[in-house]
Amino acid sequence: MSAERGGSGRKPAGKVTGTKVGKEVACVIGVDLGSTTSKAVVLDLEGHVLGRGITNSRSSYDRAVEVARTEAFTAARFGILRRNVEAAAGAPALAKLLDAFRLQQHLFQLERLHDLIEREIAKLPGALAKPPVSAAVATIFERIAKEEETRFVERAARDLAGERSDFFRDAAGSAYIRIAEGLAPEVGLDFDLLVGLFDKCIIAVENAPIELGFVDHIEGALARLDNKPELRAGVEAAVGIRFVDTITIGTGYGRARLPFPKEQIRSEILCHGLGAHAMFPSTRTVLDIGGQDTKAIQVDAQGIVTSFQMNDRCAAGCGRYLGYIADEMNVGLHELGPLAEKSTRHVKINSTCTVFAGAELRERLSLGERREDILAGLHRAIMLRAMSLIARSGGVTDALTFTGGVAKNPAAVHALRDLVTESYGARTINISPESIYTGALGAALFGQRLATA
Amino acid sequence: MTAQKDQSMTLQKEMIARHFERLEQAPATGEKVVYTFVPGNLTELILSFDALPVLPEINALQSGMRGKSREYIAEAEKAGHSEDVCTYVKCDLGMLRSGNIGPTGTRLPKPDLLLLSYTGCYTFMKWFELLREEYDCPIVFFHVPYQGEGEVTAAHREYMVKQLKERVIPALEQVTGKAYDEEKLRALLTKSRAAEDDLVSVLHAAKRKPSPLDAYFGAVYYVGPIFSSFRGTDEAVAYYKALKSEIDERSAAGLGPITPEGPLDDQRYRLVVEGPPNWTHFREFWKMFYEEKAVVVASTYSKVGGTYDLGFRHDPNDPLGTLADYCAGCYTNINLPGRVQILCDYIRDYSANGFVINSVKSCNSFSAGQLMILREVEKRTGVPGAFIESDLVDPRYFSAANIKNRLESYFQMIEARRESGAKRGSVGAQGASV
Repeated sequence: MSAERGGSGRKPAGKVTGTKVGKEVACVIGVDLGSTTSKAVVLDLEGHVLGRGITNSRSSYDRAVEVARTEAFTAARFGILRRNVEAAAGAPALAKLLDAFRLQQHLFQLERLHDLIEREIAKLPGALAKPPVSAAVATIFERIAKEEETRFVERAARDLAGERSDFFRDAAGSAYIRIAEGLAPEVGLDFDLLVGLFDKCIIAVENAPIELGFVDHIEGALARLDNKPELRAGVEAAVGIRFVDTITIGTGYGRARLPFPKEQIRSEILCHGLGAHAMFPSTRTVLDIGGQDTKAIQVDAQGIVTSFQMNDRCAAGCGRYLGYIADEMNVGLHELGPLAEKSTRHVKINSTCTVFAGAELRERLSLGERREDILAGLHRAIMLRAMSLIARSGGVTDALTFTGGVAKNPAAVHALRDLVTESYGARTINISPESIYTGALGAALFGQRLATA
Repeated sequence: MTAQKDQSMTLQKEMIARHFERLEQAPATGEKVVYTFVPGNLTELILSFDALPVLPEINALQSGMRGKSREYIAEAEKAGHSEDVCTYVKCDLGMLRSGNIGPTGTRLPKPDLLLLSYTGCYTFMKWFELLREEYDCPIVFFHVPYQGEGEVTAAHREYMVKQLKERVIPALEQVTGKAYDEEKLRALLTKSRAAEDDLVSVLHAAKRKPSPLDAYFGAVYYVGPIFSSFRGTDEAVAYYKALKSEIDERSAAGLGPITPEGPLDDQRYRLVVEGPPNWTHFREFWKMFYEEKAVVVASTYSKVGGTYDLGFRHDPNDPLGTLADYCAGCYTNINLPGRVQILCDYIRDYSANGFVINSVKSCNSFSAGQLMILREVEKRTGVPGAFIESDLVDPRYFSAANIKNRLESYFQMIEARRESGAKRGSVGAQGASV
């Protein structure tokens, strides 16, 4: 079975095929199927991280796993590439190659989306003039592609990290809608018709068999960098490496959907405990706030869970809640925390119920409270809920590691620090930039134990 | 053996069916009907007046198991009861407003008397006040002091016996038109004792490995007759005799209990469970245990209608004193240190390696203090506890994914701790990042 692509067995496209068979690398994979995102981590048998991959959890968990795995192996190959050629080619060239690779992946998916929309246009009711719709859609895709190309050329390597959403749906969607909004009145077409076409086809693109791996797009990426010989040699070597996955362990909300035997499915509570321990061995308490649940976990010096508490059937105060608040305030999810950090006044928000919070928010705004202050109060309210779970699980006796998507939010972290200090005194709070991968890392580590037992 | 298993189940089914038929006929036959609650039920006393007991909580839980509670609760909420009110109460009121058809499909008669033998639950008082409004019938209140200091004192006992003599017995005499017959009561109590002996023998059998019974999911059926209308009857004596011989036989053969999907002989986890089960998803809930090879060896819920396994027996030589002791000794009337002690003893006596609390939204008599209980039991026994949340009969409060996640995590945690205890190795350190 091909380790990188869940057994599709397809011959890779492009010229870079790794003619020289390189060494084999045995690895284990952890996949974490969250309600919002799916993550994969690839480890070697010594437990070193080779690569991490993430994608949005879509209607098909199977596909999400496949994409996350492929992304993790792509990252693994880029990691090998870096070790091989960084000295000769330089770090900026490598970063640019990765950017070129992302551009190739993106253009490939855009093309596929365009094809699907064309097919949808053909199915539109006869009374509707199809050629103008086709022409408008073609213009939209042309402009998106042009924007992407321009961004690639203009962007310096140092600006590459974390500039926009990693997920095709979000990036392509916002560009498509923005361009369609301007274009529709110009060409006399209904904006909703154009957006409807996108909505109808994006799921199909996400769920189609994927060709987003390293070998699929590295050739095109190299070409964009003038086939620099010092890069090509490294790429050949990276492609030549054969990853042999010995075992995959699944965890997360969608874990039951995985076609794995029972011993290859682990609870995310155990995975978060072990993952957090591996990232920060001093961890004794883990707080994980994900899309739809919050968990407080106590671990021993080996990362073994000794006690845990999680929210009941109501997911108030989890990641999705923040998403809803962001929509309600018309700001991006990633803007929410920084905005709240500008708060100067303490506002007490009573409700962590997602439905009531919207009403409370509007009421506060109408009373003249500032958005920043309300948002800061809101972050504090959700962390108070988390604090109650922490207390129920046994409190914070030593270092606390904060994991899950919400750990990326500076206002949430700020509120947590304040509340932990208030309740337990000065405590170390660890947050890894890779915290979103904690569950997948823990799963992979369980895999490593099984593989080396 | 299969035939014997069927025998106790068949017996129970038949006796319940007969009882509900009698209840349906009561308006015609003139038999008097007394509603009362499971904890602290005075069944022998009621039966000594030839009256028929009705247990509203049992009807509510049966409605939950039969998938009727959702509509009954909705009916009660339509009538103005809030979402936060105990769902047993709402289920019962909803059933009443929907024609009062009981668990066996027969109509339930109106009460001639509401006998409020309060034990550990204030909601019971409000519940019967609501029923009094509906039925316009007499109510008699028997106050059972809480075991706040951890014991039933002589003064408590005297206070309760006095109430029995001065309030409860006169009320029963008035409603039934019959005089109190102490000899008849003694005879009933003698039979209670025999059934209680057999029940305790069954519960104690769970000390064996493998346990021949599930002391939670199975035991809720086993305690049915003795917790409801049958204590003190020949039927109950026969039922517990049959049950005991079935369990003895399984025990001798080294067999586990029968789950809905077959026998559970391979038992990886021996659990003690605190708190009532969820009734609306009873089978699904049970499955989350047996599919992990977890058997419950002792539970507190199976003691809400009497803590016989802790030594109490009805004593025919002191009929009213023994009824007082019985009521004061029911599980929900025991204070928190007492409950902690019972749980710790169960874990030790039944060699349990796990401990689960099902905290139900409806019942504060059970739920208040459960986290404290969890921490204390963990501290004293070293056995890790799990905490799950659901409800009695409101299906809206049963989140299968959430409960399953917690239970799976719990079992995996026990496993990981076993492994780590066996091999104290450290986790591979993090290496290069991509």
